[in-house]
Formats: sequence, structure tokens, C-alpha cells
Amino acid sequence: MEASIASFAYLVAAVCFILGIRGLASPETARRGNWIAIAGMAIAVGATLLRPQIVTFELVLGGIVIGGAIGTVIALRVKITDLPQLVAIFNSLVGLAAVLIAAAALESPSLYGIPLDGGLATHSLVEIMASTAIGAVTFTGSVVAFAKLHGLMQSAPITFTGQRAVNAFVGLIVLMAALAFAGWGTAGLFWALALAALIWGVLVVIPIGGADMPVVISVLNSASGWASCGIGFTLDNPLMIITGALVGASGAILSYIMCKGMNRSLAHVLLGGFGGETDGPAGDVADRGPVKAGNADDAAFMLRNAGSVVVVPGYGMAVAQAQYALREMVDMLEGEGVRVRFAIHPVAGRMPGHMNVLLAEANVPYDKVVEMEAINRDFPSTDIAFVIGANDITNPSARNDTSSPIYGMPVLEVDRSRMVMFVKRSMASGYAGVDNPLFFNENTMMLFGDAKAMCEGIIKSLE
Amino acid sequence: MAEPLNRDAAAIADRAGQLADEAQRLATEAADLAHRAAQADAPATDPVLFGLTVFALACFVGYYVVWKVTPALHAPLMSVANAISGVVVLGAMIAAGPAIFGVSKLLGFVAVVVASVNIFGGFIITQRMLQMYRKKDG
Repeated sequence: MEASIASFAYLVAAVCFILGIRGLASPETARRGNWIAIAGMAIAVGATLLRPQIVTFELVLGGIVIGGAIGTVIALRVKITDLPQLVAIFNSLVGLAAVLIAAAALESPSLYGIPLDGGLATHSLVEIMASTAIGAVTFTGSVVAFAKLHGLMQSAPITFTGQRAVNAFVGLIVLMAALAFAGWGTAGLFWALALAALIWGVLVVIPIGGADMPVVISVLNSASGWASCGIGFTLDNPLMIITGALVGASGAILSYIMCKGMNRSLAHVLLGGFGGETDGPAGDVADRGPVKAGNADDAAFMLRNAGSVVVVPGYGMAVAQAQYALREMVDMLEGEGVRVRFAIHPVAGRMPGHMNVLLAEANVPYDKVVEMEAINRDFPSTDIAFVIGANDITNPSARNDTSSPIYGMPVLEVDRSRMVMFVKRSMASGYAGVDNPLFFNENTMMLFGDAKAMCEGIIKSLE
Repeated sequence: MAEPLNRDAAAIADRAGQLADEAQRLATEAADLAHRAAQADAPATDPVLFGLTVFALACFVGYYVVWKVTPALHAPLMSVANAISGVVVLGAMIAAGPAIFGVSKLLGFVAVVVASVNIFGGFIITQRMLQMYRKKDG
């Protein structure tokens, strides 16, 4: 009887989770969706508390209180700018939990009603093996991603000679340990597998550079889903299987969207394709002709007299925390009768939807924030494209220079607007290490300086 | 005088340990038998096949639901995914729940803490983000 109640509660919870994600189809329904998902989680946890396996409640409830308190404090204190790191560390926790639960299931299978016929059945061993391997890689991989995003570690790719050979070798060890564990199922082999997978997780993520993080985070998010799916199989828990599949699918789709936004294959990103951000301009920049540089007063004058402006934010805006100043500047321009919209490239920033959330934080209404496909056709009728802290995602060589490494990548076609302003700290090339010919265009004005300081300068001049 | 006593005590402790192991083995076997007896009554569905059925259908649901998510909300999508993958807490709770203290109980406890960080942290940060998405004058 209790088993049926629990199963029914899990079904309700699964439906709640699906509705929770469904709510994200529009900002109007999203908050309600989140509440539905929270209710689903409460139902699932409540039903589990009633299960006969749980005899003593101290550690169960104590664990929820401790973990809940930590999670609450982190989530309330974290700055929205630090969101990519937060998602990375949360991914890692799912991976860690998966490994711990797999270990517990191996230690006392009877607890979970896993049948023993003189040892665990092969399918149970395979399930434990899969969730351990995926969970362990997710754990350390996400910790490295967190360290890179949080600046605890250089975000540029870390490479060494023979890296691919080493990675392939360790990968092979993971594979062999996995097969051996599925065959013999000893605790020793379990920990060997976990250790090898933990090391492999680190090795795989260190050669990937900062601007590829949207893909890495999405892939790890997906992996955390598949790990919980594996745990669901081990414990015969349909709710965990469903939730794992939802999260896995979500991460996989986001990875696909991010890769498409860079016109690169997943393998290319994960093998560490680009050389990383370069600080100095590439050699032949001097030959490209003069660059028109302006100051805040020039920019303010032109912006005020423009009919329509499209703002293109990039990671530089996030680094400079310029979103508030930018929003204030935009408010003033709107007060002068200028039509201002924001254009978002899918891979701008360090995680999917990064720019949208920063603009929302600065109170920019979401109906003024437009996706790339929708706004590209409007650039020819735009007076000024105001590019702030972005570079590669506006580079016209992606459209018309077949020899460019980023050829084929979808870009925001700012060069079609009447004028382009670039707010940038220097002439340095972007992540892909490619020059942007737009800087040398006669309709381009470079505004050198920190993004926030430049917006404040323009505001002062507008006043 | 003290030495033989010590030896005896060690021997008794040893024997007690063996007995405890034996008892644990018997308990496990009993649980296993009970499980099989319970299964004998139930209609025969292979749990793996059942799991795979649920899994395949859930993948399709996930695929269609996630494609409907507006790109503007991709960041909250990731954080809500973090929150719901904390559902592994259910498995952790069962490991942390039995009366006897052991390795698996300890592992379960740590896993409960870790997964709860995800659940609370994930839902709260999602809510915080969603609060910020407003329409003009909204």
C-alpha cells in the first residue's frame, strides 16, 4: 500500500517537473511553473519520508536542513553576474550525489530492494557503473569549470604536450575499470572506476577556454541529468529516471543550440579548438588602415540624434558590470525619442541566456530584448548599432570571408546598420583570435574604455 | 595474569564480530527472499524493461518541452534543471534512513546534504531570476 502511495506521489511529482519546465515557454508563466516544480519536489520528498526503509529521521531531516540552509544562503547571496559559476557548481553537486548514492547502493543493496543472487545482477552493476562514471566526470569537470569561471584558475585553455594522448589513455582506463566493475562488481573496482573518472573529468575540461563555457556548462548540465537517470535505474525509481531524462534532454538541446551559435561541432569544442583570448592585436593590424576613435561626447551627440539604436551586449558588459549604467543610458535616449532595442547572440556571455538575465537584472523589459534571427533583418534600417563588450559575434568575416576561422558562424549583422559604435578596452581580437574588419570601417567609431565608465560618460554628456 | 585475559577478550571480540557479520548476511538473505517472494506474487514485469520504457518516453517529453522554452529563459532553465536533478535526494534519504549505523548510512547522509543544496539553491536562484523578468511598466 505505501509502495503504491509513493509511486503515485512520484507520478504527480514527475508531472509537476514537466509543467515547471513547460512554464519557461514564456516569462509570464515561468514563475508559476517554478512554484509547480517546487510543489512536485515537496510531494516527492514527503512521500519518501513515509517509506518503511526510513526508520530513523535524524540524519535524513538533518541533512535536508543543513543542505537546504547552505543552498538558501548561496542562492540569496550570489550576484547575478556570477550565475554561470553557480550553475557549474550545482552541476558538480548532482554528480557527487550520484557517486555517493551509487556507493551506498553497492554497500547495502538490500536497502533498495536490489535483488541479490549470490551477488548483484549484471544489469544492476551496469547501472551503478554508468551513474558512477558519469557522476564522477560531471563532478570534477564542473568543479574545473567553476574554477575557470570564478577566476580561481586561468580561463584560457591549459594545454601541455601529449595532452590528447594522456586524455585518451585515462579515458581508456575509465572504460576498462567500468567493464571490469560490470564483470566482477567488487568495491575495489568501484573506487578505481570512480577515481579514474574523477581524474578524467579534470583533464577533459582544463583545455577548454572561457568563451566555450556556454557549451561546457550545457554539456555538464546534461551529464548531471544522465547520472541521476542512472541512479533511477539502479534504485528502480521512475521519478529519478524521468527527471534525469528531462535534465539530460535540456542540457543536450542547450549544447546543440550553443554549438550551432558558434558553427562548431561538439567534438571541436570539447577537444579545445581555439587558442584562447589574445591580449595584443594580431601582426597585420597596423596595415589595415586607420581606426576612427571617438569619445563619450561624440557618442552621446550621435546617439541622441539617431532614430533607432540597437545595443549588442557581450561578455565585456558582464565583466565591467555595465548593465545598470547601460540601462540608464538607454532610458535617457528613449526620453529623447530614440527607439532602442537589445540584440542577443545565443553564445554571448558564459552560459545560455546570460545576457538576457543580466539585462533583466538591470530592469530592461524583456520585450525590448530580441533574439538574433529576429533582429538581423532590422539592421539595415537601424541608425546606430551600439556594441558593448562583444566582438566575434558581430564579425562580418563570418559571412563573407571563407578563409576566416569563424566563417559560417551566425553573427549579428551590425555592419548593415548606418553606423557602428564599439565600446572596447583595446584593439585586442576576441576569443577566436580573429581580427574584426569592422573596426577599420569608415562607418565605425571605436569608443575605447571600460564599458561601465563609457556608459557613465555618455550619460553625463546627455544630461 | 592480564595477558591471557586480554587474549580472551580479543578472542571474544573477534567472535562477536563474526557473529555480527553472520547476522548481517542472514538479514540480507532474508530481505532478498522476502523481495523475491513479493515479486512472485506480482505480475512479472522486468524492472529494467519498465525503466527503459519510462526513460524513452521521458526523453521525448523532455525534447519537446525544452524546445518550447524561450531563449530568453535559458539561464533559468539551467538553474531549474539543477534544482530538479536534486531529486536524487530520494535515493540518498533511503540510504540515510536505516536504524543501523554503517558506511551506507554515512554516504547517504552526505548525499542528502549535497542534493538538498541543489534543491533549495536551484529553486531559489530560479525564482530570483524570474522575478527580474518584467514587461515594460510591469
